[in-house]
Amino acid sequence: MTDTALPYTAAHGEHAHGEHDADHLPGFFARWFMSTNHKDIGTLYLIFAIIAGIIGGAISGIMRAELMQPGIQYLPWWVAKLHGEGTFDEAMHFWNVLITAHGLIMVFFMVMPAMIGGFGNWFVPIMIGAPDMAFPRMNNISFWLTVAGFVLLMLSPFVGVGAGTGWTVYAPLSTYGEPGPSVDFAIFSLHLAGAASILGAINFITTIFNMRAPGMTLHKMPLFAWSVLVTAFLLLLALPVLAAAITMLITDRNFGTAFYDPQYGGDPVLYQHLFWFFGHPEVYIMILPGFGIVSHIIATFSRKPVFGYLGMAYAMVAIGLVGFVVWAHHMFTTGLPVQVKMYFTAATMVIAVPTGVKIFSWIATMWGGSISFKTPMVWAIGFIFMFTVGGVTGVVLANGGVDDYMQDTYYVVAHFHYVLSLGAVFSLFAGFYYWFPKMTGKMYNEALGHVHFWVFFAGVNLLFFPMHFLGLQGMPRRIPDYTDQYAYWNNMATIGYMVMAAGMAVFFVNILYSLFAGKKAEANPWGEGATTLEWTLSSPPPFHQFETLPKID
Amino acid sequence: MRSFMVPSILLAAGLAFASPGSAQTAAPAQPAAATAASAAAAAPAAKVADPTLDAAGRPLRQAEPGVGEPVDKAFYLQQQVTPTGQEAHWFHDVILLPLITVISIFVLALLVWVIIRYRRAANPTPSRTSHNTAIEIIWTLAPVLILVAIAIPSIKLLAAQFKPAPKNAVTLKAIGNQWFWSYEYPDNGGIQLTANMLKEGDQVGKDQRYRTDADGPRLLATDQRVVLPVGVPIRLVTTATDVIHSWAVPAFWIKLDAIPGRLNETSFIIQKEGVYFGQCSELCGARHAFMPIAVEAVSPAKFAQWVASKGGTMPGAAAEPASTTAIGNDASDATANGAAEAAPTVAATATPAPSNQPATANPAGAGNTGN
Repeated sequence: MTDTALPYTAAHGEHAHGEHDADHLPGFFARWFMSTNHKDIGTLYLIFAIIAGIIGGAISGIMRAELMQPGIQYLPWWVAKLHGEGTFDEAMHFWNVLITAHGLIMVFFMVMPAMIGGFGNWFVPIMIGAPDMAFPRMNNISFWLTVAGFVLLMLSPFVGVGAGTGWTVYAPLSTYGEPGPSVDFAIFSLHLAGAASILGAINFITTIFNMRAPGMTLHKMPLFAWSVLVTAFLLLLALPVLAAAITMLITDRNFGTAFYDPQYGGDPVLYQHLFWFFGHPEVYIMILPGFGIVSHIIATFSRKPVFGYLGMAYAMVAIGLVGFVVWAHHMFTTGLPVQVKMYFTAATMVIAVPTGVKIFSWIATMWGGSISFKTPMVWAIGFIFMFTVGGVTGVVLANGGVDDYMQDTYYVVAHFHYVLSLGAVFSLFAGFYYWFPKMTGKMYNEALGHVHFWVFFAGVNLLFFPMHFLGLQGMPRRIPDYTDQYAYWNNMATIGYMVMAAGMAVFFVNILYSLFAGKKAEANPWGEGATTLEWTLSSPPPFHQFETLPKID
Repeated sequence: MRSFMVPSILLAAGLAFASPGSAQTAAPAQPAAATAASAAAAAPAAKVADPTLDAAGRPLRQAEPGVGEPVDKAFYLQQQVTPTGQEAHWFHDVILLPLITVISIFVLALLVWVIIRYRRAANPTPSRTSHNTAIEIIWTLAPVLILVAIAIPSIKLLAAQFKPAPKNAVTLKAIGNQWFWSYEYPDNGGIQLTANMLKEGDQVGKDQRYRTDADGPRLLATDQRVVLPVGVPIRLVTTATDVIHSWAVPAFWIKLDAIPGRLNETSFIIQKEGVYFGQCSELCGARHAFMPIAVEAVSPAKFAQWVASKGGTMPGAAAEPASTTAIGNDASDATANGAAEAAPTVAATATPAPSNQPATANPAGAGNTGN
């Protein structure tokens, strides 16, 4: 037989080597703290992201509790717990610490590690038929730098009054506006997380360009690998700009430079340009891998190949490219010249075109399919609709003229939570349920998965949809107290948070139940629709896969 | 907080403390001398009552419910009282909102259709279709056309918002401070105001002023309102003394960042008398939520009267002495915002900006809405 290199037979070959691999499993400490195995590092990233997500989600719980009613209720109590009896200003500052921590944790330590570090590490090498990542040791340092960054951020409120600058760390609030080590800790935390992401990006680009299995051309590569490739380029190009911007913050704060200080010829708006040159690609960094995950799930459970594969791949490339030239739509109220506003309005709207291609292609993939509504599919369908809702409010906000009203209102908060908290997070849950059998070898509980979806879906919509109304009525974001006319929808949003939290409880019950008592998963639990290489391996895959490289026709 | 022009701050503060209560204590009118020195000069002799306040110093005009302030349970935009605001309101309500609603419902309908029609029970054998060039071109081009349809009114709106203020505009300079707004009317004899949020009755000491319903809603009412004329172009200039703030009044469709070291400018025309509230809209530190904006729009005649009561002048009127009286920063101000209150208006404010009004202008000044 000469076809031993075909995927299925390759997997067969793995079984023969199973014992050989098991013999070489490293000890606990070496395996989890000095890991060079992409699957183990992926697992570490996922565990880390879940922990960070719990902390970030708990912080938003504190925020929603405070906002449930007009007036200041709990902040002084929290400050008293943290720093001992504090002044009113310290309590109000603590609010800013909360919003800052929530944003930074969710962006840098939950969504990114889960999408790229977790699922990217786990499945990109397998999907392209590679035994591991190109630089396994660099992979390990990426993870531990992320952990170190998170530790710095968590220490920040204990070395001072906490960083209350917002996740954007705008100068001069972040320079002479907030002295003390807390903000420095937060900035260094971003440096570490950024360095980790740059190393990870280099690793993914090298892996995808050099380690694809024989016959796997770029145009045959699964869309998730495509999405991680585009994301890696965005990371590689955007993060150094953030690093430069926040390094200048550090020197402005500590070494007497004046990059952002107008008194000595600096310019605070310079920081915003640099930050958003990173910050806008960053939002695509957070959503593109989700696009990839959803494409796989839709195709698998429709039992159809992805509709318009090349269009899907190049739509992501287009989103990545255009994503670099639209940054100033975050700055429409900073006094930009009118021509600049017109350009950024038009350029921003262009992004809706490739995004529309993706939405319609997913629906076309389902069209004519034979759809089964397993938990991952339900999350993926929920993703498509919720991301559409978040996307169309993005088209509203793209208009520079509209932002003279909407900028920094709850409408913006609603918009980006629809694309992130309902978009990116839905795709994360979809991917988690989709690959849970593969990663753990255990099936999750289908009923609990559905309950999780519906409770969470109801919760986040009740939580975030009223924020559109608050924004339309002009409520500014980042405030701990609001005038009484905003009470009704804020109250509603907090109830939504509670429902969402109940949904999360179901999720954790499901994970624990399935890990310990779940049914054993087959190599391919999803049937003929699942065509990528990970389903040719056992569940969980052997410690080292593809000792004989699969050959792709 | 860094202090720009420290001497003038001290000067202004010193003056404020030296003349508690009414600034109209004697002192001969000085010849016009628009220098920092004139800040030390006392107010003009003319004694005009503030037309917006009653004898007790309470605002005469109350906010009209539902106008210029948020409405409970509302799910729509605030009512607009400026022409650009109305254009933007139309753009949102007539173009954007229906469009995004239709698109969302269209996507939802497609999803519901495929979920029902192509569920496994209804369609056991999937098709293998994975390409259809025609439909891919359609769903690329259709969004392009929709976006062009949005872009045209959008660009028009931007152009309308950009229209620079004409020469007869009333200039309002809004200066963001941690955590209050100060204001100047450089074309009206350099009137200066400081606006602090009014606290609730249970938050202030005895005899201190607290918010009443006449002042406005909780967290929105200020101790001094910005007074502006209706029907007259307003040139808004924003800057800040410490960190970035943002001056925003939703009913005007105005939001303009106040950035230290920069002067941002925009313009608008208020069409309706009333009281309009807004809030600082850029995170600026601990009390970001507590530096509201309250604007009272009055008739041009009343505005002229108000300017006179503040010791200012209308451009084009007889050359009154332009004196700066640091109005509103008297020592008895019960809503003091802490130590910062002692330095009310900073950032190059001691010198009233020279009027750009030509000497031959319509004496009615601000009343001229012709251009």
